[in-house]
Amino acid sequence: MVVVNHYQCLHCGGCVGLCPVNALTLYELHLEVSEACTECGICVKFCPVGALEGTP
Amino acid sequence: MKVDCLVVGAGPAGSVTAGDLARRGVETLVVEKKAEIGPPKRCAEGVSQRSLEALGINPHPHSIARTITGAALYAPSGKQVVMEGQGMEGYVLERKIFEKHLASQAIQAGARYMVKTQVLDMQRVNGAWEAQIRGLEGTETVTADLVIGADGVESKVGRWAGLKSLNRLTDYHSGFQYEMANVSVNESYIHLFFGREVAPLGYVWVFPKAFSANVGLGILEREARMRSHQYLKRFIANHPEMFARASPIEVNGGGIPVNHFTDMVADGVMLVGDAAQLVNPIHGGGIVRAMHSAQMAAEVGASALREGDLSRDRLLSYRRQWDQVYEDKTAQLLKLRFFLEKLEDKDFELLADILDGADIFELTQARLSFFIKKVLKRPSLLGLAKKYLTD
Ligand SMILES: Cc1cc2nc3c(=O)[nH]c(=O)nc-3n(C[C@H](O)[C@H](O)[C@H](O)COP(=O)(O)OP(=O)(O)OC[C@H]3O[C@@H](n4cnc5c(N)ncnc54)[C@H](O)[C@@H]3O)c2cc1C
Repeated sequence: MVVVNHYQCLHCGGCVGLCPVNALTLYELHLEVSEACTECGICVKFCPVGALEGTP
Repeated sequence: MKVDCLVVGAGPAGSVTAGDLARRGVETLVVEKKAEIGPPKRCAEGVSQRSLEALGINPHPHSIARTITGAALYAPSGKQVVMEGQGMEGYVLERKIFEKHLASQAIQAGARYMVKTQVLDMQRVNGAWEAQIRGLEGTETVTADLVIGADGVESKVGRWAGLKSLNRLTDYHSGFQYEMANVSVNESYIHLFFGREVAPLGYVWVFPKAFSANVGLGILEREARMRSHQYLKRFIANHPEMFARASPIEVNGGGIPVNHFTDMVADGVMLVGDAAQLVNPIHGGGIVRAMHSAQMAAEVGASALREGDLSRDRLLSYRRQWDQVYEDKTAQLLKLRFFLEKLEDKDFELLADILDGADIFELTQARLSFFIKKVLKRPSLLGLAKKYLTD
């Protein structure tokens, strides 16, 4: 499962709209990854600041 | 709770839809997950005056951080082309005020708003939508005949309605921005910097505000060797003439959809703005398109509610209206985008030589044929232009 570095996340939500399995949700200022995550790595590639880590 | 229309998201798209629906007598509830409408912004806040006027939208004077008279474009060598004059005037907005103003206008027209309240899910039940929302009062269900997905790039409404609204990384800029104080630039212009090393398949912008400037960039991951954050840091370090004495007062990120391929309607659902990827594929501006789509959706939605027919077939007239105005133009701009994506730094220098400000304006209006003629004189670009701009 992709791991969010909450100290770096800018809460821009850009990753959410890219997740093919709808595993990401931004709750105002808290980005959550659900069990559905397949570690496809798309969000990791996108993140403007590198706040997402996984095995792409 | 039961309403005629539930609008998900109080960005420009949501509030313009809500205002226009309420003005037509539709009982409208807007649900916004943020505690404060507006921040954190995901935007450089630039809009053209002419486009706003065309929509009949008058920003409140407090929403305007600066009025600009044109744009300066820079090739990688620093060579500059200025676009100024008729139609180039614009505003750099203060979006949090702009968005709150749009919301307050919608409320004056009769819409109701909830903030710090998130739509969590929705299901189709007996020909209506049941949405679960959660806020300070806990969780409740809202039943609505019509749902407007104005939930931006994060849109889940489209997914819940079974629409293919997923964004693709190949058509989605990774954006990063500082709002900085004490930037030295000509504050009459917005400034755009191009080049493979500057911002792969995108550009850097410097948009002056009242006492600060939005300094940011969008890049496509495909050609990027670093993150957008790192590209911007490098740009700032390479330009002491602008940034030597500047510091950030805010930092923003964001995704920018630069291709529109999603469906916009389902039974009882319409997507507006970024939720439907309605962004200009060349410059990534989406505020105006978001509000224009909102106006169209509100008009169709109000009539459909009156007629009691919220089927996809009925709501498709929203999509037809959109296509009538934007389909050809967007197709042309996409061609231009694919052409620009092939350019090497030396080609940008050539373009800066052969194009003047008015030419570039024509290009952003999706008028391409004159461009091909100009490029005909430059064999190095001709091959590319033929390949990408003609069919
Ligand atoms: C870095 C960057 C720079 C940009 N610069 C410019 C520019 O200079 N000019 C320009 O015209 N455009 C620009 N854009 C694009 C512009 O910001 C968007 O096109 C515009 O904000 C779209 O408006 P919208 O109302 O569709 O979506 P948004 O403004 O994103 O609003 C969506 C709203 O929905 C809310 N929401 C989402 N999900 C839920 C939910 N489940 N429940 C409740 N609420 C929800 C969000 O909190 C948000 O408030 C830029 C974008 C980025 C990322």
